[in-house]
Amino acid sequence: MNASTRAVPGACDVAVVGGGVMGCTTALFLARAGMRVKLIERDALCRAASGVNAGTLTLHMTRARLVPYAIRAWNMWMATDQWLGPSALVRAVPGLSLAFTEAERELLRARASARREYGAPIELLSRDAALGVEPGLNPSLLEAAFCATDGFASAYLTGRAYHAALREAGVQMLERTAVTRVDRVNGRYRVQLAGGPSYLDAPRLVMAGGVWLEPLLALLDVHIEVKTLVNQLIVTERMPPIMRSVLGIASGLLSMKQFANGCVLIGGGWQGIGDRKRGAVETLPQNLIGNLQLAQHVIPALATGRITRIWLGLESETADALPLLGELPGLSGAWVIGCVHSGYTSGPYMGKLLAQAMLGEAPELPLFDPARLRRPPPSHVTH
Amino acid sequence: MTEFDLIVLGAGPAGISAAVVAAAAGLKVALFDENPAAGGQVYRLPLDTSESTQAAEERVGHQLRQDLAASAVQTFFAHQVWAATGDYRIDAIGPRGPVHCAARALIVAAGTTERVVPFEGWTTPGVIGLAAASLLLGSQQILPGRSTLIVGCGPLLAAVAAKTVANGGTIDAIADLASVGEWARALPAMLSCPELLRRGIGWWRTLRRARVPILARHTIIKVEPVGERLRATLAPCDAAGRPRAGKHRTALVDCVAVGHGLTPATELTRLLRAAHRYSRAAGGWIAIADQDGRSSRPRLYVAGDAAGIAGAAAAATHGASAALACALELGGADRSRLERLLEAARARHKRAARFGRAMARLMALRAGHVDAIAPETIVCRCEDTTCAEIDEAFQAGACDLNQLKAWTRCGMGPCQGRTCGDIAGELLARRTRVRSREYVGCFSARTPLRPVAIEALTGDFNYEDIPIPTAAPI
Repeated sequence: MNASTRAVPGACDVAVVGGGVMGCTTALFLARAGMRVKLIERDALCRAASGVNAGTLTLHMTRARLVPYAIRAWNMWMATDQWLGPSALVRAVPGLSLAFTEAERELLRARASARREYGAPIELLSRDAALGVEPGLNPSLLEAAFCATDGFASAYLTGRAYHAALREAGVQMLERTAVTRVDRVNGRYRVQLAGGPSYLDAPRLVMAGGVWLEPLLALLDVHIEVKTLVNQLIVTERMPPIMRSVLGIASGLLSMKQFANGCVLIGGGWQGIGDRKRGAVETLPQNLIGNLQLAQHVIPALATGRITRIWLGLESETADALPLLGELPGLSGAWVIGCVHSGYTSGPYMGKLLAQAMLGEAPELPLFDPARLRRPPPSHVTH
Repeated sequence: MTEFDLIVLGAGPAGISAAVVAAAAGLKVALFDENPAAGGQVYRLPLDTSESTQAAEERVGHQLRQDLAASAVQTFFAHQVWAATGDYRIDAIGPRGPVHCAARALIVAAGTTERVVPFEGWTTPGVIGLAAASLLLGSQQILPGRSTLIVGCGPLLAAVAAKTVANGGTIDAIADLASVGEWARALPAMLSCPELLRRGIGWWRTLRRARVPILARHTIIKVEPVGERLRATLAPCDAAGRPRAGKHRTALVDCVAVGHGLTPATELTRLLRAAHRYSRAAGGWIAIADQDGRSSRPRLYVAGDAAGIAGAAAAATHGASAALACALELGGADRSRLERLLEAARARHKRAARFGRAMARLMALRAGHVDAIAPETIVCRCEDTTCAEIDEAFQAGACDLNQLKAWTRCGMGPCQGRTCGDIAGELLARRTRVRSREYVGCFSARTPLRPVAIEALTGDFNYEDIPIPTAAPI
């Protein structure tokens, strides 16, 4: 057999397309349940959203309906030594969401109560109580929402942790390998590849491609719109300790924490320029300055810090801003996982749920049927 | 926002010459540099201008600054450029706060970063770069130490040693990775620039008179502090710079000046997503460009050593040809005159570059040199990442330089990977099956191009005026 039609060697029970947190966790739990798993990643493991996000593990920013999932995921993150490995530098610290204006106070209270309804242990703190939790705060704040279920990981180490765990679980990882086409051949999915061997056959398929889910699902003739958010992140040089909690504001447009090494990471979903074709292109200076002003307003001691790096991460979102998690309509054995708001926080639990469903177990919490978002194929196809 | 036809980034010989020539061709030109005056590293303005050393660099630098002062170029010195966008907007921080400019075209003349291949003790205080030693001697007229050991490769070895001797310092020895034969092979190219060759011979005479031992095919393997001094150990080496069996020699000195060549500064062209390639002979990663420095991006040019190491003399001629090509591209008047000037600039550049490229080959990173780095030796001095940690990350599955950076923090510190990037890339490439620098890639370029203080960007502001976007759905 020549190289142009070379199959990936070894039997395969499931092909997972996409090596971020969602795909990796699904692959990990399937492999541990005895499946022979092959994981296909176009770049390197966890180097898109899963490796460049802010690492925040929070309920303050999670969509209310996803709070039950996020709480379970948070518990998984805090116990990575039991299922993943010790190397993602996860820390539990309190999370504070802040209000500096009356409008923000109103928003803060509405959001806290909506999330409380779904089980988030969020309580409101007076200005003085908030300053007791975080003495470096700008004392002009009016009120804060406090949640003990908060913290962060060093997202850039995510791939390293998963790589080791997947290797140990016997998952075959095909990095720098892109999927170009998927066909049904003898009741199996034939996944055509570029970059390494030319194809692999598997009875089960998981699409876990983040912002690239829209074109990946289109390979299966499933058309679901996936929007791309281009989130800006800013990190400082090492600074003396100036904060000890995860900080945000009521609108959700700030997330900030200081790592053990002294670097402060500032995010919050301010947008830059980019898309899934070109990747992250460049920051918008006015958004960069706005994000920094907000951060400096919250912790005035940040003023003298020096920025070492600014980057952009691509986040996926569906039309209803709820996840894709379940079997694809009309395609037995083909599953999708992704587009989870605060996806890094909830990712491990979503992967675990999908693995449960694929293994025929009853998932602990309901999945999110992708059929609800299916659209007719685009009519403007020209070829 | 001030609009220009052309913004030139970097006011060394390439940038000055590009700006002056472009302005003479009728373009509205801005020239940015982080230093307080034009000159770059080689022709830096002496701190004390009352005492002339009559050095050749000083005369050339003076001439360049005079040409610039007489031109219509708008200069932005002491301005740190921290961002450049795809529509050629430049953001800088100057003495009076943030500056934003835009231009139809850019010429990147950002110069180089010195390469040091790590060895045991290379981060000890008192070990400095050859380029830093050259600056201390040239611009500040300060001896790096009473006694100095000079190690590495390329013409800076003799230049720094001769200037040290001329300033009353002592050179313990020069340890050169190159053999005498390598220098001999460079001689025909050196003859193309007799004035530069004469200067080199002058250095060599000074060193001979001072009886400075010159150890060809020697490398430094260790530096350790002894009281306030440094004890350095030298060993004979092979052509790759790897120590081999033979007599070790120790030196007790105040300063060890070390340089293993120069790498082109490509942060800007990488940030602007121009196509790049790896060229060992040109010093490392370079933007893919034609003879006038025209990159793969419309109206983005690279000039001087940033386009590939060819030395200061060639940088000036390259800057001129880039400026003329750019003026033609932007539709400058009197095209036939510009074309004639461009032909002449290209011819001058060809001659100057022949010399410079021969020197660059002597300074190129030797394949195998990094094999000599011991496991416990620090590679990234900002983050204390050791060679062993890089090995572990490779074993754990890091297959490209950015994954390595994420898994080890190598390159995440305040130098933004400028110091360790070339070495980490070489270490990783030599461990992969294909052994290719292209395969492992280079660190992603990020803004800010240099670390920048948050307050310099935020300025004075009111909370109410922050343009906070709409909140996400609950």
